[in-house]
Amino acid sequence: MTALLQVAGLGKRFGGFVALESIDLEVQQGERLGLIGPNGSGKSTLVNCICGTLRNESGKVRFAEEALDGLSAHERTRRGLARSFQLPRPFASLSLAENIRIPILYTVNARATGHLSRAAIDARCLELLGQVGLAAKAERRPRDLTQIEMRKLELARAMAAEPKLLIADEAMAGLSHAEVDEIIALLIRLNEQGVTVIMIEHIMRAVMEFSQRLAVLVAGRKIADGPPQDVVRDPEVVRAYLGE
Amino acid sequence: MPFTLVLIAIAVVIFAFGRWFDSSYAFFIGYVVIQYIVLGTAWNILGGYTGYVNFGITAFFAIGAYSTVALHKLVPTLPLPAMIVVSGVLAGLVGLGTGYLTLRLRGVFFSIATLALAVVVQTLITNWDFVGGARGAYVLRPRVAPLIGGEYVQYLFLLMLGMCVIVLATARTIERSALGYGFAAIRDDEGAAEAAGVPTLKLKLIATTLSGGFMGMAGAPLPFYVTYLDPASGFSLNYAVNAIAMPLIGGTGSWLGPVVGAVLVGGLQEYLRVTISSAVNVLVAGVLMVAFVIAAPQGIVGLFQRKR
Repeated sequence: MTALLQVAGLGKRFGGFVALESIDLEVQQGERLGLIGPNGSGKSTLVNCICGTLRNESGKVRFAEEALDGLSAHERTRRGLARSFQLPRPFASLSLAENIRIPILYTVNARATGHLSRAAIDARCLELLGQVGLAAKAERRPRDLTQIEMRKLELARAMAAEPKLLIADEAMAGLSHAEVDEIIALLIRLNEQGVTVIMIEHIMRAVMEFSQRLAVLVAGRKIADGPPQDVVRDPEVVRAYLGE
Repeated sequence: MPFTLVLIAIAVVIFAFGRWFDSSYAFFIGYVVIQYIVLGTAWNILGGYTGYVNFGITAFFAIGAYSTVALHKLVPTLPLPAMIVVSGVLAGLVGLGTGYLTLRLRGVFFSIATLALAVVVQTLITNWDFVGGARGAYVLRPRVAPLIGGEYVQYLFLLMLGMCVIVLATARTIERSALGYGFAAIRDDEGAAEAAGVPTLKLKLIATTLSGGFMGMAGAPLPFYVTYLDPASGFSLNYAVNAIAMPLIGGTGSWLGPVVGAVLVGGLQEYLRVTISSAVNVLVAGVLMVAFVIAAPQGIVGLFQRKR
């Protein structure tokens, strides 16, 4: 079986600065991959290139056996590639339910597989908000939310697109121990429903608990990829994080 | 659909009342207020719903007006409704082109580009002799209105009323459709909208085209209303200021905002023009706009919605 996501030789530069250099990465259907690396190592740039927010100069991205090159971000989302943003970016003037409604209208309803009625969309919005524990606040605005609720909304909005692959970009930064557990449980539940998940994270506890496989980026290069326990003992990874 | 029927019913009542009242002054004022409802709503589709502030209102408005001047010279027998349609299409195409050329511009940079558009179009018209150039053009108003009889201004008023129904029905339909949610997503965060599957480019082009087209339609009957049109009056700052001020004062979030704003500000301006001075009306729009942006950024409609 071919991988769900195939990144081959992906390169991205900003002027003279090489942000990503020939990245190869494969993610299998149903897998939970952790992606780590020091600040500025290119994790978010990689996500942006995979999702179409940035254009990579070299290399290819294939998703569900289809080449994504040249497709814009919204076309990739429709094909089942959703992401959450590192800093939550809710639609501030809309209620939480409406925040969820937009990806439903523009992805689920835009696919050939089905057209939900107005009532069905309303129900689905509440269901998704319920999954992240925000159903009671469906009519509130994002500004009324706490930091963790904002992260949950961000995840719920990504889930609303019914993705095959979800990329959670530092969904836990700044959260408390218990809150981190809550998000991990949410992502694992999602994974059990068949969604492949890439988690980008600095909190090692979360990464180790969540990931089945770990990839490490340092200075725009992938230096390790394998079972989490082996990767964190890899001398090159240790050097990148702790120095010599 | 029921909403459109209600709008039509209201329009019929207003027109019937006007006929019964039978004052040409009332029709002249009514025309201006309704014109601003159309213009304000058209601006709001792009400025309020989608969050792209267009300062180049006069460009679209005057393209509509000058299309009528040109068509009237070329085909004098062409009925005004047909000219309105042509004006709308032309202004809509310019809107599409503007949207396409300013795709990468956001916020204030987009606004400056539209301001530049107004200057460019004004320069072109000023140097286009066929439509009168800097001298201006006379368009003789027929004495009697076709179809309905009575003064011609009644016909102009009726046409503007009809456009108002179309524009308001469109605006409200957008608000409640996927399109409206997409516009709102673009307004709040374009990147996040794109990540949520919203085709931002396509939607922005729809917004600029609709907005520009409706502005052009609003301008189309103008030559018959003023009977003498020159670039200085066709591109008057008043139109731009009012078309932005009225939605802001009424509230940009809903179709009702521009209506409330236009009736209130338009009515007040007319009242002050008659009682104090004809120059004070721009001041009114300016002062009210500043006051509302500071004190009630959601406009009058927003004030009521918050209490709910």
